[in-house]
Amino acid sequence: MIELLGTHYAYALMFVLLGIGLYMTIASENLVKKLIGVNLFQTAIFLFFVAVAYVEGGGSPVVPADPDPGSSELLLASPLPHVIVLTAIVVGIALTAVGLALIVRIHSEYGTLREDTLREVRADE
Amino acid sequence: MSSVDLLPALLVVVPILMATVPIALGLRYDRTGWAVTLATTIALFAGTVYLATRVYGASGSNLEVAVIHQLGGFPRPMGIELVADTLSTMIALLVTGTALGLLAYTRVGGPRGNTFYSGYLLLVGGLLGLTMTGDVFNMFVFLEIVGLGTYALISSGDGPESAVAALKYLIIGTVGASIYLIGVGFLFMATGTLNMIDLAATVPTLEGQNLQLARAAFAFIFIGFAIKVAQWPLHSWQPDAYQHAPDGVTPLIAALVSTVSAYALARLMFTVFGADFIASTPYATELVVTVGAVSVVAGSVLAVIQTDVKRMLAYSSVSQFGLIVAAYGLLTETALVGALIHLVGHGLMKAGLFIAVGVVALGYGARTVDEYAGLASSRPFAAGSMAVLLITLVGIPPSIGFIGKWYIAVGAIEAQAWTVAGVIFLSTMLTLAYVARLLEKMYFTPSSALELPHGRGRDHDHDPDHGAGTPVTDGGHSTGTRQVTVGMLGVLVVTAVLAVALGFAGDVFFELLAPFVESADLEVSA
Repeated sequence: MIELLGTHYAYALMFVLLGIGLYMTIASENLVKKLIGVNLFQTAIFLFFVAVAYVEGGGSPVVPADPDPGSSELLLASPLPHVIVLTAIVVGIALTAVGLALIVRIHSEYGTLREDTLREVRADE
Repeated sequence: MSSVDLLPALLVVVPILMATVPIALGLRYDRTGWAVTLATTIALFAGTVYLATRVYGASGSNLEVAVIHQLGGFPRPMGIELVADTLSTMIALLVTGTALGLLAYTRVGGPRGNTFYSGYLLLVGGLLGLTMTGDVFNMFVFLEIVGLGTYALISSGDGPESAVAALKYLIIGTVGASIYLIGVGFLFMATGTLNMIDLAATVPTLEGQNLQLARAAFAFIFIGFAIKVAQWPLHSWQPDAYQHAPDGVTPLIAALVSTVSAYALARLMFTVFGADFIASTPYATELVVTVGAVSVVAGSVLAVIQTDVKRMLAYSSVSQFGLIVAAYGLLTETALVGALIHLVGHGLMKAGLFIAVGVVALGYGARTVDEYAGLASSRPFAAGSMAVLLITLVGIPPSIGFIGKWYIAVGAIEAQAWTVAGVIFLSTMLTLAYVARLLEKMYFTPSSALELPHGRGRDHDHDPDHGAGTPVTDGGHSTGTRQVTVGMLGVLVVTAVLAVALGFAGDVFFELLAPFVESADLEVSA
């Protein structure tokens, strides 16, 4: 068990971060903190993809300018998950921007960032 | 590459590129958005119809008739594909048709302005991409594009309530899409590919640890889509989003966003994972059927107790999508075709119903069930179309709502899933309960000035024109620019007629979907 954790610590870390992010999203009353929780949740998934693609001793998949003629093996990390993470980061940024814009709108209308206060304000109307 | 192979790519790229035009033109001209959007959606609809003639005109297996576009010319394992097969073409027709029809409403009634139409085109492009993508990661990207468009459109309402509803949807929807992304990660670990056709070939050969990874992937993907399709208990974003979105936006998101997500779930379940994989995974079918069946009952019960009509119809969507997901889980051919017919039919019915709600709110100011009193006498066209669509929703023949439910019920009996058959019966009763309440108010309760806001109701009673005049003067007493137009009523009536007419088309659906259903390799009904 300990050995498994030692070699697969990135996966364990991913699930811990995933849990923290989801807990923040659900439990925090502050809307901005909720959004940070969502971000953390997404970042954990990016970590997961990077960990999947990691190869012990593997290089970047760029053909070297002067390949070593002696070695026939070229150990490379898979580029696909990294590209996926880049795309997912862009998507995540767009979502965060939209979310923050909505929060600005809510704050200017109701004058609060806290969900419990927001619920009271809306119940009064 | 022949020219028709370009169509899937054009259908996705053109609306997304055209989305920038209204904003750019908006710098100089005020109201160009509607015209640009109309031209674009007409082109998209024409393109989809042409695509449909090619896909349905060809004969052969599903992959042979499909129009496949390889982006950049890179072949399958490496490249990304857009695939228009028999199923995705049908959904693409629904998307472009609804988007085109709805423009008749937004011309006068909807939120106007160039930025609204940019969001509209972005959403249509995202939906078409989600429909035709042949790559599981690209599906995530399009899911998020659809999400972004939806959040922006929901928050384009006047009141601050819509911003709160949009933020709630954003947080829940992002978590749902992210959970789907985890599933994609597990699937990639297990198979090393992201292409759907490649995955379909690889998944049945998996063994040992990779099989476990694929099962975990299925679990994450199903939960992610259960959020997007609004299955109980993950549906809580949907009623708020539907209720607080502007009237011109609700038909679009109610008819398309969840429908296309439910289509994507079918695509993943039946093309990527395959029926054998799901059947061999312990408790997978049981869980899918249970989630669906519980949603049916919970959605219907919650719909019955609502007073706001939009909210009532939103909860009704939870129940109808539950029926579709439960039918997926049955894994029989009849139930799958039933689910797909119900998917298209429900999209059509909900689009019509929410347009009707918008028309009534514009011309009559009514939003709650009680305020609908006496609607039939003052607004015969709107009330009549709405009544037809409501009856269709219950599933009374001949209508598209009936054949969808009928095939699902037959599939449930074939699979000996008596609980599902019972749930369908129970939900039909509950649907009748909330539909009858509305019908009774519209047709049998006389309107009184007290129940109507703004005290406009009195005028309708001795209006000499009502019912006989042209639809424009159909009780239209509201002043200002926001009036009920011929176009709105026209679209509404066409939708109602279509919902009934398609009720005779059960065999046609079966025939059109036959290549897809065969490729899903399901238990053939006895």
